[in-house]
Amino acid sequence: MSEAVVEAGDANTIVNDFSRDKQVFGVPWGKAMMWIFLLSDTFIFSCFLVGYMSVRISTTDPWPLPSEVFALSFGGDPIPLILIAIMTFILITSSGTMAMAVNMGYRKDRKKTFWLMVATAALGASFVGMQAFEWTKLIMEGVRPWGNPFGAAQFGSSFFMITGFHGLHVSAGVIYLLVVANRVRNGFYERRGGNYEIVEITGLYWHFVDLVWVFIFAFFYLW
Amino acid sequence: MASEEGQQHPLSVYFWIWGLLFVLSFFSYMVDYMNFQGNLRWGLILLFMFLKAGFIIAIFMHMKWERPALKLAILGPPVAILVLIWLMALEGDYIEDTRLEVFGESELEVVAPHH
Repeated sequence: MSEAVVEAGDANTIVNDFSRDKQVFGVPWGKAMMWIFLLSDTFIFSCFLVGYMSVRISTTDPWPLPSEVFALSFGGDPIPLILIAIMTFILITSSGTMAMAVNMGYRKDRKKTFWLMVATAALGASFVGMQAFEWTKLIMEGVRPWGNPFGAAQFGSSFFMITGFHGLHVSAGVIYLLVVANRVRNGFYERRGGNYEIVEITGLYWHFVDLVWVFIFAFFYLW
Repeated sequence: MASEEGQQHPLSVYFWIWGLLFVLSFFSYMVDYMNFQGNLRWGLILLFMFLKAGFIIAIFMHMKWERPALKLAILGPPVAILVLIWLMALEGDYIEDTRLEVFGESELEVVAPHH
């Protein structure tokens, strides 16, 4: 079979999936709904980031240099963006432990799934802790939603809104992870036919939080 | 394709992507640390960002193995955001020009952050 025929077959699959009298996506409803929720969340975060882009383009004041504003000194010279880099690595690590948890869930290894999810939640909580530290530091230095000493006033409102909304997602994710982890541990899903699809659905949410951070890191901290 | 049993893949796939995400994050941090400027900076930031986002969605979120119908329904709509970005960039430029014309150059006195 040639490549063109295979591709035509793929297109047919889409048409068939939508037109046949059956479930379209071939995934459990919970997973489809999580994807649709994440799609709507994508639009919310996009609106925030596009709003940030508009105010940054339209202001005539100089934009504060993120590299300097978010530098941190450990006794010696300040290292640019170091805390943000550590936070990024923590979130990626937590995405890795989450992926492992999903895999162990499908292998019905309840103990490993539980501990990997707890590890993911702990990494998420430490991320929120560092974000609280970052906020405290900036507020002490005089950064407010309506102004700051380092440059354009819009910097504060963009920073607090975008990282605040992301931090809220991480905090909600930590709670969500702990609830599901506890149910994995106490056999809640075992009594319901041993279906661990929920671990993957929780994982989708968690990876999405990491995904949003990739964009915030690039557009807000590095740009 | 997603089977009745759900998404089961060898652990090595996750470890590879995990490592790759670490390396890509390190590279994007280095873009700032090495103080690259101009087109090189924006190009590298966007490249590493899209690679990271792609790997997270495709492998960690299992999109690679989902049916084309789900890929289309979830990955298609965000394309509309490009239109919003284009419109708001135009609008932002216009507002900046108007401000410069009416209020003149910025007279804001900026303090360097001290740590």
